[in-house]
Amino acid sequence: MQEIETSVSVDSSKTSTNLRRILHDRKAQAGFGIILFFSFVALTAPIVSPYSPYAFPAPGRPYTPPGREFLLGTDYLGEDILSEIIYGARVSMLVGIIVAILSTGLGTLVGVLAGYYGHVVDEGLMRATDIVLILPPLPLMIILAAYLGPSLQTVIFVLTITTWPLVARVVRSQTLSLKERPFTDSARVAGASDFRIMTKLLIPNLATIIAANAVLMVTTAIVGEASLDFIGLGDITVVSWGTMLYWAQSYAIFNGAWWWVIAPGLCIVLVGLGFVLISVSIERIFNPRLRT
Amino acid sequence: MTATSREDKSDDHSPLLEARNLSITYASTSGPVRAVDNVSFIVRKGEVLGLAGESGCGKTSVALSLMRLHGPKTRIEGEILFHGKNVLRMTRAELQAYRWRDVSMIPQGSMNALDPVMTIQRQIVEAIQGHTRKSSSEAAQMTKRLLTSVSIAPSRAHDYPHEFSGGMKQRAVIAMALALEPQLVIADEPTTALDVIVQRQLLNLLKYLREELMISFIFVSHDLSVIGEIADRVAVMYAGKIVEIGTRDAILNHPSHPYTEALVKSVPRVFGKREELTPIPGDPPTGLWPTGCSFNPRCKYAFNLCRVKEPQLQQSPSGSDAACHLIDNGNKSLTR
Amino acid sequence: MRRCLRLDSHNTQETHDSQQPIIEFKQVKVYFQHRPKLLGGKVTIHAVDDVTLRLQEGEIFGLVGESGSGKSTLARTVVKLHKPTAGEIDYRGKDIFRQDRSGLKQFRRRVQMIFQDPYESLNPQADVFGAVIEPLVIHGLAPKGRDQQKARVSELLERVGLDPTSKIDRFPHELSGGERQRIAIARALSLEPDLLIADEAVSMLDVSVRLGILELMLDLKRKFNLTYIFITHDLGVARYICTRIAVMYRGKVVEIADPDELISHPFHHYTNLLLASIPGSPMRKPDQLGEAVLNPGLLPRGCRFESRCPGAQEKCRNIEPPLVEVKEGHFVACHFPLGQESNN
Repeated sequence: MQEIETSVSVDSSKTSTNLRRILHDRKAQAGFGIILFFSFVALTAPIVSPYSPYAFPAPGRPYTPPGREFLLGTDYLGEDILSEIIYGARVSMLVGIIVAILSTGLGTLVGVLAGYYGHVVDEGLMRATDIVLILPPLPLMIILAAYLGPSLQTVIFVLTITTWPLVARVVRSQTLSLKERPFTDSARVAGASDFRIMTKLLIPNLATIIAANAVLMVTTAIVGEASLDFIGLGDITVVSWGTMLYWAQSYAIFNGAWWWVIAPGLCIVLVGLGFVLISVSIERIFNPRLRT
Repeated sequence: MTATSREDKSDDHSPLLEARNLSITYASTSGPVRAVDNVSFIVRKGEVLGLAGESGCGKTSVALSLMRLHGPKTRIEGEILFHGKNVLRMTRAELQAYRWRDVSMIPQGSMNALDPVMTIQRQIVEAIQGHTRKSSSEAAQMTKRLLTSVSIAPSRAHDYPHEFSGGMKQRAVIAMALALEPQLVIADEPTTALDVIVQRQLLNLLKYLREELMISFIFVSHDLSVIGEIADRVAVMYAGKIVEIGTRDAILNHPSHPYTEALVKSVPRVFGKREELTPIPGDPPTGLWPTGCSFNPRCKYAFNLCRVKEPQLQQSPSGSDAACHLIDNGNKSLTR
Repeated sequence: MRRCLRLDSHNTQETHDSQQPIIEFKQVKVYFQHRPKLLGGKVTIHAVDDVTLRLQEGEIFGLVGESGSGKSTLARTVVKLHKPTAGEIDYRGKDIFRQDRSGLKQFRRRVQMIFQDPYESLNPQADVFGAVIEPLVIHGLAPKGRDQQKARVSELLERVGLDPTSKIDRFPHELSGGERQRIAIARALSLEPDLLIADEAVSMLDVSVRLGILELMLDLKRKFNLTYIFITHDLGVARYICTRIAVMYRGKVVEIADPDELISHPFHHYTNLLLASIPGSPMRKPDQLGEAVLNPGLLPRGCRFESRCPGAQEKCRNIEPPLVEVKEGHFVACHFPLGQESNN
């Protein structure tokens, strides 16, 4: 076979050059900007927020439209919606990130083991994965949440359970293809143990796929959390963007408080978009075929 | 615009295809790359021109440009003349008539690029119908004839590519390329992935096509011995330029350019007495060409002028044209 | 100076070994199960079918054949990337598939491999230093301290003709094919093996680079008294570097001889066909070249080459020919070999 010079391949090595590429990519910059902004807001909530969202007595009159006093208006109790948004960012983003980490971790573990060992291990793990995949997520979430009781932990648990199979699938198929590449044989011939091959060879080469997926997962989790809250399965006493929507659905419409719905909804969309932009950019950097 | 038919050609010695001062520059992440630099050659009717060279020398770029198949961010200078008409200035319609009908191509690795979900028959019929107004039954007839001419039994026509062996797939691709009876076929590494015996079959086939149907070929390959089997004339490329061009005998047996010589001498021979082989130091350049003569860092004859001034093609004692300062000096000090 | 090397086919009664062979293949079979059509039945691919060979230390033993011959599978089985379906492979007299843990570790040090694709056989995430030191780290043999490790790697890089200072921090994609292959060789050498399997080690390199790698391999053999199993489809390369060549066809060894002897006096019709097909061959080209095999699962009862063989007779269809020594050091598996007009 003729030797053909190729440009930088998918598993490009120097992390610093790739980080630089990501940072220079406009989409990623936009994404990072959004995320950094919201993260900052979440982290500095007590400082930045004009009021506490649980303030008692409530600072304003209920259903105040956005104005100079309350930038985003007030809710049905008279609490400042801006403050709710700021504190809500904490919960939403925290849940999103935790779920992403847990789900990606579990999915990667399953995917690598299934892909590497094949045969019985693969069959077993994949059947388990399939079972979870087949179950419709929303009813599953409802049942689990109803059974476990509405709380933040339940939300995290439910979201992790329903999202890890997708990661496992993707990781497994990438592992399968990596396993066939000569450098895996080379490691085996050099005497590397299965564990070493999986941890030091396969996972680093999978890192880009995992990263891109993990980032997308955050968006899924944030929306998922909001969904669960929305139907009342989360802890509705805690302020999060989802719980805001929960309360808003009952009260906002009949009182014309559009700002109460738009504010959290827009935030969810924006944060989701931010992570998607980052994920797309990661994918583009590491897959030369997608570069324009 | 109709394609020039063979009957019009009364003068067999006028060139069929001529490249004049062809230069191709690609945009790349590290700046513009001059993949092909001032390349000129002629192919006559019924002739096989071998384009030899290693990876990165530009031969595939040349091949693609002859049918204007190069990518969008490419700048081409010079002329490509088919029967005197400049391919690079053809209109859409002229190009449509030119491609596949006058000149067709077997791209590199095409045997692996056959559509896996279509039968061979269907793929060839589609290719025919895409370029002509033939009905499907006419196209089917043509396909059967084509397959027979490349020694594929018509009964195999309804198989899928994965049911064909490597050699058969390559022959199917050749059949596709011949569908409209072109005058010239550009074959880019047609034998590279094939086993020796299958390669032999393929070369026999190409020779037959050349002799019986008077088809000209441009045969691109890194394998000099394969080129030696089939080419009448050979152009050796290095770093985007033609460093030597001449008859097969001159190139293989009396090379005038140090690179040609080194290439010929670095291939271990199966037959004949064991020879002293000397490896060429370094690696073929990619993208960044050295100053002066691009071969000078690896050339055992290199002297000062070589690092400074680029040599031009000129006639050497063996009859070929070679771009080497050793010829300037009149002495041919290559050891042969 | 070539030694007189002998091979026993399992037909001859006596054993002629003067010393223990470094590698011995005893009736090795490697079969794969394959399901070509989704709803069809399983097909058994007889990649390596009953191969018996004995290799002495210091040989450069060539395995030559086309695709489907089984040469690569056999090579990969020696480094335990495949498990034989039947038969045994002995390294210095010990069955390599019946090793305990320490035996395996020892084996991995002594037998190493150089792969075909220089672009794919190095971990793209590891730099040259990482790639070359890794085998030593795995076996706990790496020197302590980064500086000593770098020194060891530099020494290995120099041995394969690379300049350590400019290359040690590079990543594979920054290197040329020839350089990458040298790194692969340095990596293989780090454990100080005595047997190297080279699987088409130069096939994917540019022509002008190949010879350099071959010369390097010969040089290393001389310096470190290595033994090679050299897999290739290129008879020119095999002739250049090998001390003995075995020709394989569809899982079977069909001929074994010294290179010059094989090329000037081939006995097997397949070898003859191979030689005649090489571009520029002075041999007479046969009229029929036959069609390549499309059904690897369908095995004939007799000789595998019978359907394409110009010299085939009734016997060939029914009885598999054994590998027999027809001349000193020259073995062939054929009922009616070339140049042997007296049949049977």
